[in-house]
Amino acid sequence: MAGRPSKMSVLKLYKTMLREASRFPAYNFRMYCLRRTRDGFRMNKALSDPSAITKVYNEGQSFLEVIKRQAVIYSLFKTKNLVIENDKFLCQHLPLGCRLV
Amino acid sequence: MASAKIPDNESSKATLIASINGRPLYMDAQATTPLDPRVLDAMLPYLTSFYGNPHSRTHAYGWESEKAVEDARKEVADLIGADPKEIIFTSGATECNNIAVKGVARFYGENKKHVITTQTEHKCVLDSCRVLENEGFTVTYLPVNSNGLISMENLEKAIRKDTALVSIMSVNNEIGVIQPIEEIGKLCRSKKVFFHTDAAQAVGKIPLDVNKMNIDLMSISGHKLYGPKGVGALYVRRRPRVRLEPIQSGGGQERGLRSGTVPTPLIVGLGAACKLALSEMEYDHAWMKKLSERLLSKITSNLEDVVRNGDPVHSYPGCINLSFAYVEGESLLVALKDVALSSGSACTSASLEPSYVLRAIGADEDLAHSSIRFGFGRFTTMEEVDYTAERCIKHVKRLRDMSPLWEMVQEGIDLKSIKWSQH
Repeated sequence: MAGRPSKMSVLKLYKTMLREASRFPAYNFRMYCLRRTRDGFRMNKALSDPSAITKVYNEGQSFLEVIKRQAVIYSLFKTKNLVIENDKFLCQHLPLGCRLV
Repeated sequence: MASAKIPDNESSKATLIASINGRPLYMDAQATTPLDPRVLDAMLPYLTSFYGNPHSRTHAYGWESEKAVEDARKEVADLIGADPKEIIFTSGATECNNIAVKGVARFYGENKKHVITTQTEHKCVLDSCRVLENEGFTVTYLPVNSNGLISMENLEKAIRKDTALVSIMSVNNEIGVIQPIEEIGKLCRSKKVFFHTDAAQAVGKIPLDVNKMNIDLMSISGHKLYGPKGVGALYVRRRPRVRLEPIQSGGGQERGLRSGTVPTPLIVGLGAACKLALSEMEYDHAWMKKLSERLLSKITSNLEDVVRNGDPVHSYPGCINLSFAYVEGESLLVALKDVALSSGSACTSASLEPSYVLRAIGADEDLAHSSIRFGFGRFTTMEEVDYTAERCIKHVKRLRDMSPLWEMVQEGIDLKSIKWSQH
């Protein structure tokens, strides 16, 4: 067993997870991975037991690996955007008050 | 993001808006849930390299598949507090319900000729009971109260000396109410009657423990808890032993109760989904609560005459069934075409008949016709709920503005007092 992960490596994992999650091709999974990552790190913020920290760190690491692999698979089978994504896109680019009907 | 550039002139903007009609939002989590990417990740090795038959005992291909199946069996068992030996893999909750209801009744059928169920069960339980009736069994279809819950008194009165089985679902698929499973289990145990629960909509969403709740048989579905379609599991208690007559004959797999080669990749997926459900249950449940509170507060603060079907307290927050008075449910569904919704069970969504579940809770015919079920899942976002609520409010208002009934109600006419001349 390696020693407990350093503060730096935890921070690095957090940033990498957010970055990879934000690249996930499917809207619902992208939003879930972002939310779950943020909440997961927040929930475990107060952990002090080194073995508990190592455990959640490893869990985070394997979630990151899943996100990376699945993002590749999802990018191979792309679908149309959801209405909500198109809606947001148009809202940003169209004049104020203009919305999809 | 849409790759098209927004053109400058007005008419081509309009064409662009018309051409971009993205995929609808998914709000039908009771019909099925998407496969969790973590589940697919666990399954893929068994769809590619590890293709052995788990029943092959003579080579490594068989052994590795067998180990994967047994690991998954433990993961399923852990989620419901069972022993892995008590888990039987099947093709889904419908098969589980068939095996449980028909199997137990037929095995004990010589002395015990009575089965109890409720009026709000899933079609596959009700239909299995109809088959039993044709075979000479008597079936009591318990009514439910107007909140969708059964009355324990009625159940106690219905249990007879020759009752073989009580089958009551944990979470209703249309209105989301949670039956008092622990009390029912206790009652059935004290009367020495087997208790089966269809927990397809409950497993992985609310805490369930077969020992604490005295459950003898339980049906689990893979695709309702972010697992793959085409797989399920039936819990069959070993102590005290529940015996049943298998429906499918063959090689004697799964303790002889369900013959046929087990589908390793699907079972690995079910196991992974159960493992995830166990660790994520609390987190997911809190999210469902947040989403449902948001939807309800938005809709009820903007619309009047909205009725929530089913008990608001004893229910799973990921399933909200609302009736919008004076609006026809089907027209609302058509108007809300950019949100995938349903007026009830997917099995009956092709017909325009109002749901039998809503009729059983005593909803008026017109309210039963105007119901919509909102189903949230692990991957539903707050933005989607806001969008759905907004569209729903807008279209209910629009449809009511066109409705002569709504106009009459606004003028203070009691619709029930009207004698319609043509019948």
